[in-house]
Amino acid sequence: MSPVARKSPNPLSPKERIKVPRQLMPEQAADERNKNFSEVNLGYSPELARLEAQRCLECAKPTCTESCPVGVKVKEFVELIVAGDFLGAAAKIREDNVLPAITGRVCPQEDHCEGKCLLSKKVKPLGIGYLERFVADYEQRLGTHVLPSVPPTGKKVAVVGSGPSGLTVAGDLIQKGHKVRVFEALHELGGVLVYGIPEFRLPKQIIREQLDYMREMGVEFETDVVVGRTVTIDELMHEEGYDAVYIGTGAGLPQFMGIPGEHLNGVYSANEFLTRINLMKAYKFPVYDEPMLDLHGKDVAVIGGGNTALDAIRSALRLGARKAYVIYRRSEKEMPARAEEVHHAQQEGIDFQMLTAPVEFLSEGKGWLTAARCVRMELGEPDASGRRRPVPVKGSEFDLPLSLAIMAIGTTANPIVQSTTPGLGTDKRGYIQADPETQRTTRQGVFAGGDIVTGAATVILAMGAGRRAAKSIHEFLTTGQW
Amino acid sequence: MFKITLAQFLAPGIKRFVLEAPRIARKQKPGQFVILRVYEEGERIPVTIESSDAERGTISIVVQSIGKTTRLLNSLNTGDSILDVVGPLGKPSDIEQFGTVVVVGGGVGTAMAYPSAAAFKRAGNRVISIVGARTKELVILEKEMRDVSDALMITTDDGSYADKGFVTDKLRQLIQNGTRIDLVLAVGPIVMMKAVAEMTRKENIRTIVSLNPIMIDGTGMCGGCRVLIDGKSEFACVDGPEFDAHKVDFAVLVQRNGMYRESEQRSLADFDSHADEQTARIREEQCAIAQGGEK
Repeated sequence: MSPVARKSPNPLSPKERIKVPRQLMPEQAADERNKNFSEVNLGYSPELARLEAQRCLECAKPTCTESCPVGVKVKEFVELIVAGDFLGAAAKIREDNVLPAITGRVCPQEDHCEGKCLLSKKVKPLGIGYLERFVADYEQRLGTHVLPSVPPTGKKVAVVGSGPSGLTVAGDLIQKGHKVRVFEALHELGGVLVYGIPEFRLPKQIIREQLDYMREMGVEFETDVVVGRTVTIDELMHEEGYDAVYIGTGAGLPQFMGIPGEHLNGVYSANEFLTRINLMKAYKFPVYDEPMLDLHGKDVAVIGGGNTALDAIRSALRLGARKAYVIYRRSEKEMPARAEEVHHAQQEGIDFQMLTAPVEFLSEGKGWLTAARCVRMELGEPDASGRRRPVPVKGSEFDLPLSLAIMAIGTTANPIVQSTTPGLGTDKRGYIQADPETQRTTRQGVFAGGDIVTGAATVILAMGAGRRAAKSIHEFLTTGQW
Repeated sequence: MFKITLAQFLAPGIKRFVLEAPRIARKQKPGQFVILRVYEEGERIPVTIESSDAERGTISIVVQSIGKTTRLLNSLNTGDSILDVVGPLGKPSDIEQFGTVVVVGGGVGTAMAYPSAAAFKRAGNRVISIVGARTKELVILEKEMRDVSDALMITTDDGSYADKGFVTDKLRQLIQNGTRIDLVLAVGPIVMMKAVAEMTRKENIRTIVSLNPIMIDGTGMCGGCRVLIDGKSEFACVDGPEFDAHKVDFAVLVQRNGMYRESEQRSLADFDSHADEQTARIREEQCAIAQGGEK
């Protein structure tokens, strides 16, 4: 506890700072927003931002930065906000994080910077995510990015996948003077940011702006390329002259529970449900051609407790669902979703059926889902994940009438790159083996990170891997040493 | 954008497009497909690759107009473009020297069966092809199939061309004549593939079918194309599209493919009521994209 007052622009004493309450994020009213896809959070005003920024204790050893996967210099950018230099604050963040408008919105700050904030020992932590979002949006509105200029190195890097880790690698390496080309399988750039995270949590316009900024910096993009099918890693390196390749292909195919009735019409994977809505804009049918079942007046449940589960069920609610349930086999405490999302979902009227799991999907014979047979659970001994293992309660079965069930229970490794790249090592679940420090794979010049290495995780962890990879790719390209 | 260098009808409602797609042309193998999106508001649909020309950098696809997207596609001509084409997707056919291979193509499925038939022939197999269609004018790729087959049999449902009947009648004859068959590849309507599978199951003849579930990304992400194989979920885009016919649950495939029938009919009716206008709008959109330099 040693706040440093030296040259700080902050007019408040440490004691006064603790007395200022955490500034609330202005948001759309819950009973309005649950009917539209516009963003829930509306953003700080400059006044709110400066007031919130003044709460920072300016610790001598900032644990916020230590716990940030990309190492954002929180204390320094917050101090710039206090001084009113919002553009300076944005530039400070960009030194470590090329996507601040995105992480400011979707990063689980409670697991990283805010979770480690000294303030949180006594009061609510500093709103670091909100502040990050504020300066990124401020900078975007002014449209004055400062483009770094660096001499070209003559080296070429291929980045496979335009999700958060790929974009981080591209953004970091272009600033080192390397030529970077990003290959994307889908027709739109952004990976999970585009097909997975809904508009109400991360407006697509924000992603487009970040991509425009990267194009201005010189990053090249090519859509409609499935690396492994359209072109292989070996072809990129030996025929197209790339000196290094980064694989950031993201999460793979959805898992199902293997219970009876999972093939009924009306049972979706969260990936498909969200892709239809976010990427294909099925919620605008028939203006857009991709269809979606009409959810008005229907009862919908998502199975799972992560961010994907909440994104899916909150989307279903916005599409007119009458009842929207989260069915999760553990209790709310164990839910892996971001705390703010759980809170927002509860406000919006989502019905949380905790300690519950489906055992069968039922139909009335026409191939369409009509109900889920569920069982209540209780928590037993801790399992391998350290969380208490849910155990079914005997005789607790009940049928929940449903028209739609969305499975959000995790994903498996996408096999395409691994199966077409000889010598690329994988673990026993099929994920690519990469050194946790350098992100090097078993193939020289090939690096990997994000969900394709760790299995499904978060945007910020994927960006952290991208950051480490960019550093070691740069080392490899400049020293030639593997 | 992907330019159409040639568009020609092979039969009423069935059109061949040659597209500039150099990356796909270099990599395409028999059994694979592409996913395309015609225009900005369009859906993504899987489409058969008939052949490719790596030197010219072109692929040839064959499209039957059934729903809105395929009807729209078939209103495009030489010189028009398709916004997105991605592939080649799916695992290639397993081409080996098996001995005698019977290749069954039903309707537009013949276009998917053709490159595999050609590859089986090149691999030294005796290829017997059976091509079926509803009526005379829907028989496609007859010459192409003849060129790569040791024998070609044709059936039409109504008897307006060649022999009246179904492809399974010809397959039954082959079996009854004691023809040694080492492998059957069947591509066509689900009812046809199911009928072939039931016939060869009794005879213990290894049989492969190419499945066509609803698909969105086609790259192993969304899971929409899941099919039930031997009681387990598999994904046509990365585990298929070809599967052991004797393990496929065809009833589930039919059921799941009907999931959006209402929406599909609505889209089609909307399109048919002002088709020319929509095609013109898409051409305008493509011009704007071409001038803007994106895609």
